[in-house]
Amino acid sequence: MTPPTDRKLLTPEEYRQAQDSPEFTELRRRFRRFAVPMTVAFLAWYLLYVLLSTYAHDLMATEVFGNVNVGLLLGLGQFVTTFLITTLYVRHAGRSTDPIADEMRDRLEAHEFGTAHREEQTRG
Amino acid sequence: MADVRAVQVVAADAGTIGEPSVNISIFAVFVLITLVITFRASRNNSSAADFYAAGRNIGGTQNGLAIAGDYLSAASFLGIAGAIAVYGYDGFLYSIGFLVAWLVALLLVAELLRNTARFTMADVLAFRMRQGPVRTAAAISTLVVSLFYLLAQMAGAGGLVTLLLGVSGEAAQAVTVVVVGALMIFYVLVGGMRGTTYVQVIKASLLIAGALVMTVWVLAKYGFNLSSLIGGAIESGGQQVAEPGAQYGATGTSKLDFISLGLALVLGTAGLPHVLMRFYTVPTAKDARRSVVWAIWLIGVFYLFSLVIGYGAGALVGAERITGAPGGVNAAAPLLAFELGGTALLGIISGVAFATILAVVAGLTITASASFAHDVYASVIKKGQASPDSEVKVARLTAIVIGAISIGLGILALQAGLNIAFLVALAFAVAASANLPTILYTLFWKRFTTQGALWSIYGGLISCVLLILFSPVVSGAPVNEATGKSTSLFQDVDFSWFPLNNPGLVSIPLSFFLGWLGTKLSKEKPDVDKYAELEVRSLTGIGAEKAVPH
Repeated sequence: MTPPTDRKLLTPEEYRQAQDSPEFTELRRRFRRFAVPMTVAFLAWYLLYVLLSTYAHDLMATEVFGNVNVGLLLGLGQFVTTFLITTLYVRHAGRSTDPIADEMRDRLEAHEFGTAHREEQTRG
Repeated sequence: MADVRAVQVVAADAGTIGEPSVNISIFAVFVLITLVITFRASRNNSSAADFYAAGRNIGGTQNGLAIAGDYLSAASFLGIAGAIAVYGYDGFLYSIGFLVAWLVALLLVAELLRNTARFTMADVLAFRMRQGPVRTAAAISTLVVSLFYLLAQMAGAGGLVTLLLGVSGEAAQAVTVVVVGALMIFYVLVGGMRGTTYVQVIKASLLIAGALVMTVWVLAKYGFNLSSLIGGAIESGGQQVAEPGAQYGATGTSKLDFISLGLALVLGTAGLPHVLMRFYTVPTAKDARRSVVWAIWLIGVFYLFSLVIGYGAGALVGAERITGAPGGVNAAAPLLAFELGGTALLGIISGVAFATILAVVAGLTITASASFAHDVYASVIKKGQASPDSEVKVARLTAIVIGAISIGLGILALQAGLNIAFLVALAFAVAASANLPTILYTLFWKRFTTQGALWSIYGGLISCVLLILFSPVVSGAPVNEATGKSTSLFQDVDFSWFPLNNPGLVSIPLSFFLGWLGTKLSKEKPDVDKYAELEVRSLTGIGAEKAVPH
């Protein structure tokens, strides 16, 4: 088991420095650029489905083919969008956020952020 | 004709279907196999990271199966199939809500949590707050959510026992619940998180395979045509089963109840402590992502199966026989199995259903005991000075206590004929109200403070539980003409004033609001250093707990 002391491997200054760094700003921007609008979108689409099921009975009961009606198709559509968003997220993370996160983690482990900060201070 | 014969079989056996000895032996085989595996897993079970988090070296795919195993509880298998069989379309909402909810976990919670916390949900909630009060609050809400969930599982076990094992006396049912409870305590004590994970993996595979067999079987009867399957369900249950509103469409209040349920389902998952804890069993955040992706596909496909099983039960068994059977709505899937494949298939399906309950109960128990030992005992009582050994010892003791409590609850729950999916939805409402707002605020809102966290956790928890207490779930629901009983927990009394069965519509927004208000009104300065650490760690994975080498 990792001893608890090993977990405090960075100083608060290093974390602050890393948080203020342009690459972290970019990492956060890329993470949120996907996660936030997508969350809003799938929640809105889900709530729309729930509200339609509740207050638009006749629309949802309209048969499209055989006994399959609009409500059932929209319900199955929720499955499709869930699978789709999952796949899109994995692709986004692999291409867009993982490379920055991996690179930053390596540099943090080598304590590059804290030293950069100290060097700047001594120069200033 | 077939209907009449089956009814006679049911009647002749005084409420049981199939051959109890077959059901019991299939269940016994599962127990035997999982016990052996649990023993083998126990060899590497010394440290706290082993006991709580399986040494963090479960693979992403395996953990995905285990998450599906934890998540596809009796509620998903018996409850949803039953709700679709009896109410048709309205039952479908459970599957959709339970599935879409995983996107919240995938996009916003799973990886960030894996990167920042060690063993429990409270690790992340208390990360940049005052430890004592926030950990205590998070531990209390973990225990409440787990107990609601346990109640649902035990209710399912009770109903299933009546139906399948031919045990009908109250004493005999109680004995069965005691056996289930004792087995689960054993899994947790001996196997720890690794043993529990293996049990989940086996159970999830069996459950999905069993559901696949039933789905193909039902579809084959209808020429692999969804429309004619629904046609069959309409023939037996009326046009209403294909349309929304059969269960919730009656009045303005019941419509609001439907929306409240929908909200609780979609926001509950990412706040369920036993689901969150599964993210700690993998080596890295990428494995956490991989396991959630696996879980989403498995769970989604399973819910598509349960749509077919539900409509199949509605068409082939019929709503009247289902609600009239012992176990009520929850009996739909077993009854359908009997209708399709007779005693053998019923035995397999009921064995799987039992395994499901057992595994989920074990998962809940280990979560609740970890939360008590790690958050309350080690962090609050011992102020972080407890040795890992004593912490694990306390966790094992707690598992026994929680096992005993859930055995007691299970015996009580035998009396109530509530749908299990519905009971689980209440656990989701509590999780969405008490946990999710604080998790999201902690991860994403720089200014969030201890007071905000406490207001949100306690406000969400208390309002949610109080509203359930004064809802028709507990007292005052109208008497059902068919059974002559009210659907409330307590008959013959009425102290309800809250009209909705599911409180989510009120308590979830309230908890978000209280978190915001508590933060705005607090004098305490947010800890900027801790927020920097949290944010950098959550997104980059620096300093994340490593897997234990074996």
